Amino acid sequence: MTLLVDIRHRLGSFELEAGFESSGRLTALFGTSGSGKTSLVNLIAGLIRPMQGRILVDGRVLVDTAKRIFVPMHRRRIGYVFQDARLFPHMTVSQNLRYGRFFTPAGERYAELDAVVDLLGIGHLLDRRPSLLSGGEKQRVAIGRALIASPKLILMDEPLASLDDARKAEIMPYIERLRDEARIPIVYVSHSVAEVARLATDIVMLAGGKVSASGPAQDILRRLDLLPAEERHQGGSLLEMIVAEHDTAFGMSVLRSPAGEIRIFGHDALVGSRVRVRIRANDVMVATQPPEGLSALNVLSGKVSQVREGPGMLSDVTIDCGGQPVIARITSRSARMLDLKPGQSAFAVIKTVSFDPDSTTRGITI
Amino acid sequence: MEWLHLSPEEWIAVRLSIKVSIWATVASLPLGILIAYVLARKEFWGKAALNGIVHLPLILPPVVTGYLLLLTFGRRGPIGAFLDQNFGIVFSFRWTGAALACGVMAFPLMVRAIRLSIEAVDRKLEAAAGTLGASPPFVFATITLPLVLPGIIAGMILSFAKAMGEFGATITFVSNIPGETQTLPSAIYTFTQVPGGDLGALRLTLVSIVIAMIALVVSEVLARRVSRRMDIE
Repeated sequence: MTLLVDIRHRLGSFELEAGFESSGRLTALFGTSGSGKTSLVNLIAGLIRPMQGRILVDGRVLVDTAKRIFVPMHRRRIGYVFQDARLFPHMTVSQNLRYGRFFTPAGERYAELDAVVDLLGIGHLLDRRPSLLSGGEKQRVAIGRALIASPKLILMDEPLASLDDARKAEIMPYIERLRDEARIPIVYVSHSVAEVARLATDIVMLAGGKVSASGPAQDILRRLDLLPAEERHQGGSLLEMIVAEHDTAFGMSVLRSPAGEIRIFGHDALVGSRVRVRIRANDVMVATQPPEGLSALNVLSGKVSQVREGPGMLSDVTIDCGGQPVIARITSRSARMLDLKPGQSAFAVIKTVSFDPDSTTRGITI
Repeated sequence: MEWLHLSPEEWIAVRLSIKVSIWATVASLPLGILIAYVLARKEFWGKAALNGIVHLPLILPPVVTGYLLLLTFGRRGPIGAFLDQNFGIVFSFRWTGAALACGVMAFPLMVRAIRLSIEAVDRKLEAAAGTLGASPPFVFATITLPLVLPGIIAGMILSFAKAMGEFGATITFVSNIPGETQTLPSAIYTFTQVPGGDLGALRLTLVSIVIAMIALVVSEVLARRVSRRMDIE
């Protein structure tokens, strides 16, 4: 699936001018509030008509202002999961789920009700009214409802934003399953690095109505300078690793990659499975010598590939550890004292306690 | 309690009134929903004028409305003559004319109730239905209309009650012919104009009260059932 967007649109005094192309399994539209994320998905869904530009999904033209093409939303076959689930209050969960199916041509229905209900774990809710569901349940039903219409693309506009952390943790795995098992491309709007790092294969970063960067998630999240200030401390590198063994005596799991081994608190993934680990740049120390007598368990060795002076007397040091870059955010003073230069060998040191459950997720099977 | 028994003529007036009111309500409902929808959702040139015309019967003296109906829908009126010659539909001095007068008088109340509830519908739900593949007519039929149902019921009850009580426009337009255009209020009025008619007037007044109460209770029950089915938070 390829999504191509190239549009200009004005909303009051806000000017949206966005162009990007993505073939990712889950493309995150990432940016602060007011950066134009929701307007962009509304344009893709057909809720807004752009003043100028083109939108194509898999070569199918949805909008082309030059050729006066505008496919109305009900003919786009694009599912939309709204921030506020928007379940129909006068229908049961089951009726909500089946609503879109009716409008899908029989030959194009690929989503089976039973399979979707299973995938989202909502079998026990089918006869209930939406008003009797919890926030997390509503959002799962909303995802199911979009899915059962057998869309060619699913848009999710901050589906977790109105939920507390426990509910978020409840839904995340379902979105991961959707990404990995349902094989429908997803465009996911978020302002949280943690969410994006966990879910996204690709990222389109928006700032002030413009695309400031786009590309594979690993590449974009490394660019700490592009992240909004309040989310910058969450930025860092994403490493794809394999679960090597479980150290039951200490309740830890050992993860292995060409970059070396790291230990995290027990992860439930099977030995041999892939996991994705986010290492926040703020949690990484840099050593030029192999460190000794240190409590930190994780030492990755590599070569400095880049030293970038950041704002506020901070420097971002990229260490290439066996092909996977690890970023450390240290003070410019430390960078100067260690005299870090590209090409020089260095060690990235990470405390195991700095990995929270949010930062390790199962790997994206491609 | 002998005095409570209605005479055959009184029964005719009661039945006629109910028939006229039901027809007035049911026949004006589709137009009422359409106008309410247009006023609630659309912006167009002349919207204020349309709104004014719809509300006119509410503020004009009923006799004036009745006279205007006579001028336009009477046998020699432009619309009345057209309908008579082409479709054989006659309003003047028929019960259909009473229904028309009642429908016109009750129209603003019906439109108002429905319009308010259309304005209360969360349009985001309609957008959600659109993204699921429902075209605008389907969205209206499956989302908007069910959500507006309580307002429609309220509008119909209001319209029915107003029609049951309509007097001025009816008597001006279609007069007061027993068995054809003599509705409950006209019958009560007639009783008060003849010596010894007090008892008849009182009987029909009681009937009016009972019918009004039944309409109110039915609307309550319906509204409650709809809102329970809907379970709106």
